[in-house]
Amino acid sequence: MIFSWLSRLATLAICVALLPAEELTAAPPLAILGGTIHTMNGPPLFDGVVLLADGKVQAVGPAGVVPIPAGATVLKAAVVTPGLIDAHCVIGLSGHLNQKQDQDQLDTSTAMQPELRAIDAYNPQERLIEWVRGFGVTTMHTGHAPGALISGQTMIVKTSGKTVEEATVRPTAMVAVTLGDAGRAAGKDAEKKSPGTRSKAVAMLRGELVKGREYLRKRHLADASKHPDKDLHLEAIGAVLEGHWPLLVTADRAADIASALRIAEEFGIRIVLDSGAESYLLIEQLKGANVPVIVHPTMRRSGMGETENLSFETAAKLRAAGISVALQSGYESYVPKARVVLFEAGVAAANGLSLEEALAAITIDAARILGIEERVGSLQPGRDGDVALFDGDPFEYTTHCIGTVVNGELVSREAR
Amino acid sequence: MSALRRIAGRLLVLLAVLQAGQAAAQDRLTAFVGADLIPISGPPIPGGVVIVTGGTIASVGPAASTPIPPEAERIDLTGKVILPGLVDTHSHVGGGSGADGSAPVQPDVRILDSINVRDSGLRKCRAGGITTLNIMPGSGHLLSGQTVYAKLRPANTIEDLLYRDAAGTILCGMKMANGTNSQGDAPFPGTRAKSAAIVRQKLTAAQGYRDKLRAAAGDPEKVPDRDLEMEGLIEVLEGRRVIHHHAHRADDIMTVVRLKEEFGFKVVLHHVSEAWKVAEQLAAAEVPCSVIVVDSPGGKIEAMDLSLATGAVLEKAGVPCAFHTDDPVTDSRLFLRTAALAVRAGMSGEKALEALTLAGARMLELDRRIGSLEVGKDADMVVLSGDPLALRTKVLQTFVEGRKVFDRDDPDDRLYAVGGYGASRDQQAEMCCGGPTR
Repeated sequence: MIFSWLSRLATLAICVALLPAEELTAAPPLAILGGTIHTMNGPPLFDGVVLLADGKVQAVGPAGVVPIPAGATVLKAAVVTPGLIDAHCVIGLSGHLNQKQDQDQLDTSTAMQPELRAIDAYNPQERLIEWVRGFGVTTMHTGHAPGALISGQTMIVKTSGKTVEEATVRPTAMVAVTLGDAGRAAGKDAEKKSPGTRSKAVAMLRGELVKGREYLRKRHLADASKHPDKDLHLEAIGAVLEGHWPLLVTADRAADIASALRIAEEFGIRIVLDSGAESYLLIEQLKGANVPVIVHPTMRRSGMGETENLSFETAAKLRAAGISVALQSGYESYVPKARVVLFEAGVAAANGLSLEEALAAITIDAARILGIEERVGSLQPGRDGDVALFDGDPFEYTTHCIGTVVNGELVSREAR
Repeated sequence: MSALRRIAGRLLVLLAVLQAGQAAAQDRLTAFVGADLIPISGPPIPGGVVIVTGGTIASVGPAASTPIPPEAERIDLTGKVILPGLVDTHSHVGGGSGADGSAPVQPDVRILDSINVRDSGLRKCRAGGITTLNIMPGSGHLLSGQTVYAKLRPANTIEDLLYRDAAGTILCGMKMANGTNSQGDAPFPGTRAKSAAIVRQKLTAAQGYRDKLRAAAGDPEKVPDRDLEMEGLIEVLEGRRVIHHHAHRADDIMTVVRLKEEFGFKVVLHHVSEAWKVAEQLAAAEVPCSVIVVDSPGGKIEAMDLSLATGAVLEKAGVPCAFHTDDPVTDSRLFLRTAALAVRAGMSGEKALEALTLAGARMLELDRRIGSLEVGKDADMVVLSGDPLALRTKVLQTFVEGRKVFDRDDPDDRLYAVGGYGASRDQQAEMCCGGPTR
């Protein structure tokens, strides 16, 4: 696997060197023949074709009905799905070596830094991007990690692109907030810093939102001379208050989830619940507040601490109650440095979700929660040409992802 | 007071009766019929029969050629699959700890002195079909202490979990590590060469101590003072205790092989992220490997070249290969998944299942008792709902020495199997002997 990974990199380098720039963008049409195509836009299609050109889906339909243009590259797979969406991770910011120089997902110098942009830290060359792409992942919601009260912004990227600009779908998606033990002050002299308690964390967060509201009020004053100086920090808080960006609130204990709901209601802001180990205890409240949940990795460690009560069945329970659910690879401080969202959805599919439901949690439902369903998450004309190819049930342990297509381009083709 | 004594006395009588009942239940013949058997030691047996008595397997085979004594209790498992109980060669469940920060080599320290047998981790192991564990101290030392081989019987104290040989000796291994984990500020080594030097020095000292012991030939005038550290190392030198050695990088792996050749100890290599780079050398040195399968490379520099195909490469090279969970790194309830992912990357299904059972038993030198469905072996079995390597297959029941220790239909057991509120709490103590507070 690793040998071929290296040789493939070498081949790729040669191709890049030989091809003029225009030819790189004008790839020939790609016709993908699938035994089963999960379009996520209606029931599965059997013996179908997905036709991609100019980076987009051109047509989806039964073989024989969808014409395959001359010169098209033809790929075949037993099962075809939309490119997978990892609804929350830190890939590209938290590198595989796990050394200081490749860990850019968290700065603990102060507790609240909503001005930190993920695009300024995303490394599109990070090896874990290539790794998860080999398992069908084409879109990631990545960025600042849990671990500070407001750790920074998140972004949405495709798993291809040589620069962050090429990879970016949305430069800022959400603002990451952590409640509970993981949101306490960390780093040097942590015991002397705030927040040191849960109540303090909520007080600080409310205070910051109040400050942001004052900033917005003054900025809209008729008298321009009274406008406040531009403040990047408060601009970001303002964007949350104005509804441009939701807060991505990482909370596991039921009490912390309830705090998040209380804040959302007080300030009338959108939140997305992240992780939610005990979210199954607050199903009515989450549903009532119409809060979507990006459930922790199904196989997340469940030792003592805030995640001790997590369950393999949480995604199934929330979904059955009508709550919008997506799955994620999350953040691991040690190993596996990047989880594979295909695997996490697989274990959820073995614990209460049907195949289509588990697939939805890493395609169309994830796209809806991220607000990008007009671009990705389903296979229909006009959507981005993002496709994953499998040699069987995508979730089975012993089947393989045999190809990944991003923006109409085959970017992974080794069976994994 | 006398009333209390009377109650205590009655409880003791009750307990004795219960224990006698249990013993009788164990001696009774039980026939597990209808399931597809995967004995590991031989080809699968569709619709086979396993007959258990006294906690061991009395007979096993196809229904047609395995007569069921009329007095046997029948347990119908038609449509199910039976595997031998899984053997996890490297786990950290039980909340145990080994060596402390005072020195890099501490062979006198036993993890068995620190295990909480009610730890939820043990219940999760049973829910994953694991019946034998090698509970290890960590990898932050060159030698972090004695491991313990635990049999996952229902337990009140660590004694209930122990494996002992005929002489009553507790069976366990020795944990060692090299590479970056065991490096640190003095007295810990700062480099790889220093790591090897410290180990060689300690083992050389143990050889000297052993020679003095031999030369004394029992003469109390000449016998050196007892030294628990030296005794632990002598067991290693004499092959009475297997070293379970953490190593990731290919050069660290080969350093262990080099020391093995110098000192002649028995060793199993653990994790072995880069074993695929030196598979031929490992085959030639006849060093078995216990592999961890994690979902991505990295997390530390030494694991950057980790491959899902390690099992496949080792199989091809003829290196004995087992798996481990390294729980909490991977979840004991998903141990079957480890084998399935290795198959995904090219290992044969047959060898992958052996790596979960018999291969691990061999690495713990317990293969005469566990690891396969064979006559005379302990009746440690896992009942599965289907193909062991399939995503949706569930562990339905787990048996240790013929006793059911996990049943997915039991709501309490199910909590530990799937998680939920309270799933990481210690198991409740049951009323016993001196009462619940004991």
